[in-house]
Amino acid sequence: MDFGDSPEERAFRLHLREWLGHNNPGLPTSSTSDEYWAGQAAWHQTLFGAGFFGLSWPKAVGGHDLPSVYEAILDEEIIAAGAPPRPSVGYLVQGLLRHGNEDVQRRFLPGLVSGRDRWCQGFSEPDAGSDLASLRTRAVTDGSEYVITGHKVWTSYSDAADWCLVLARTDPDVPKHRGISAFIVPMGQHAIEQRPIRMINGITREFGEVIFDEARVDAANMVGEPGEGWRLAMTVVSHEREPGELGYVARYGKLVNELVHAVEEQPDKYGPEQRRDLAWALVEADMLRCHVSRRLSDRLDGLSHGPEGSVDKLLMTGVEQAVGHAALSIGGAASTEGDDTWLKVYLYSRAQSVMGGTSQIQRNLIASRILELPTS
Amino acid sequence: MDVRLSPEQVMLRDAARQVVDRLCPRTVGEFDDAERAGKLDAAVVASGWLELRTASDDGRPWATGVEVAVVAEELGRGLADTAFLGPTMAADLRRLVGASPANTPETIALSADLSQPVVARGGAVGRGAVAVDARGATSALVLLPDGDGYTIGAIALGSVTTGVDLTRPVVSCPPGAAVSRIEGQRRPLGVDDLSRWRALGLAVTCADLVGVMRGAVTVTCDYARSRRQYGAAIGSFQAVQHLLADAYVAAEGSASIALHAGWAVDALDGPDALEAASAAKAYCTRAARSVCETAIQVHGGIGNTWECLAHVLLRRALLSGEVLGGVGANLARVLAAHGIGGDDGLR
Repeated sequence: MDFGDSPEERAFRLHLREWLGHNNPGLPTSSTSDEYWAGQAAWHQTLFGAGFFGLSWPKAVGGHDLPSVYEAILDEEIIAAGAPPRPSVGYLVQGLLRHGNEDVQRRFLPGLVSGRDRWCQGFSEPDAGSDLASLRTRAVTDGSEYVITGHKVWTSYSDAADWCLVLARTDPDVPKHRGISAFIVPMGQHAIEQRPIRMINGITREFGEVIFDEARVDAANMVGEPGEGWRLAMTVVSHEREPGELGYVARYGKLVNELVHAVEEQPDKYGPEQRRDLAWALVEADMLRCHVSRRLSDRLDGLSHGPEGSVDKLLMTGVEQAVGHAALSIGGAASTEGDDTWLKVYLYSRAQSVMGGTSQIQRNLIASRILELPTS
Repeated sequence: MDVRLSPEQVMLRDAARQVVDRLCPRTVGEFDDAERAGKLDAAVVASGWLELRTASDDGRPWATGVEVAVVAEELGRGLADTAFLGPTMAADLRRLVGASPANTPETIALSADLSQPVVARGGAVGRGAVAVDARGATSALVLLPDGDGYTIGAIALGSVTTGVDLTRPVVSCPPGAAVSRIEGQRRPLGVDDLSRWRALGLAVTCADLVGVMRGAVTVTCDYARSRRQYGAAIGSFQAVQHLLADAYVAAEGSASIALHAGWAVDALDGPDALEAASAAKAYCTRAARSVCETAIQVHGGIGNTWECLAHVLLRRALLSGEVLGGVGANLARVLAAHGIGGDDGLR
């Protein structure tokens, strides 16, 4: 049991630290600015090009085959440098690694991992949110292609994406979970319309809805077998709930350090209540760092795709919203100084208990699959 | 980095688990079973767990904070009515000053609110000092000012038992009790030593709280599976399921930060170890109270009766929460460690 570095890990850490010292692009806080989302692609490619992205993924797809705990070291050093968090594409990588055939993996994973290609995820629909399996987007065969028609929503990065991982119904005659297939759809076609959605904190570059009006996709772009889409979706969302996969330890570490800095700058401005809110944010962020170290260490026994991600998701949500409350406390709801960064951080934090499966859905999963409580 | 328990640590945990499952009380009535309690005391002594923090040949403890935490968690989970925290903390104090281990059962003295070690000025302790986790103990260690640091002394214990915890008695120390200096001390306790010692105390109580939470989740889920209303087990109702899921998540987050605190005791510098432990203690204390309150709630009317284990879990959590400082004191330490606190009140 050791939270400390092995000699190899120490050497890696120092090498990374040196590099980050010269290559931090200094993007703004992710949740507050469209500028961040615009700069994220370049950061992804820079990290990848220097050999610091996809540390624990297979070499064949552009990763480094390092033990999973190197991801924790990367997050810690990103925090220390005040650099942007690593791009959150790991859940797509895990989904393709588990369900994609050799051809799909060879064609798509290198571009996803390197940041050359931008991706989005077409899962939710206006009438299929928590009840994802009731989705109505259809995919119909036409020669060697499928034709996709439907409406996806809450699609992060849809404005910039080259590819969309789409869940669509290929068999309407079987029980709903079994009639879904997954496709990698090229976004650059006229039959796809992308509309940005403005979030409550005002940003427009993260979130969108996507209309597929007889969009076409090569049948070879199906991930897994026909009807395997639900299983792929469960793999993807289980990893989307893991802060260790998302790199969110760095996200919160960076935010709390910026809040501490704000209090350091003007110590007389902040009283005990504000400091207490900040103290909780620090403690919560520290908890998540420790928890992710534990979960990434568990991966040394082999990767699991199980319900533990729901525990991670609820812990991560607690952190995001404690940080949000500290940001509201420090920044104030009625800032007269023209900078509403902290208010935006707070408002964005409300999404964390909804995105990737609501907190209520996570609790249902924990109750049934971990606590094994009876079903009603 | 690899924070999985080592095979030896897993063996230690399993051994502690076996003792707990065999000898800890399963009902409130069993707390009065003196024969059982005596067997539990004997099993803990025979296992050597009270000596984990005594000095090995090089002066370092036989076992790290991680092993201590592994045992503490199991004892907390089982509501073990036997001494562990007190003797362990006393042994670590003796080790730090280079004194030989105690000949008779010993614990530590704390201030009346349990947040601070007792500093005896003028050779006697002031009002309100108490000895924690005092089952079987005949004396408690206090600090004696000595230049920039401290030496250690012992006081005899009074007979008045107080405290919220039904499993670990707190005994008052008579005001003005004379302090006898412990013989054979080879070095004073420095600031770094004291930080590390506090870190150990916080880490042990965090582990105890994690155990209490896991015990609470287990007994409460069992109850929710068996108790029926409206023709169904109450554990099938979403409102109840969500309370239990939140309790489970709180215990897991606590386990992660507590694990780090246990590791930090011996792996980091004193101040960094204390910072790690303070963050963990604030988190675990808040979580444990909430989890135990959920245990009472889900047990319904039964949960509000003396015969239900839920309040015994809550009471143990309330005591562990306050030892060497609860939420407020530890949040203050966290802020101080980030350079934005005031005086952390540690000296």
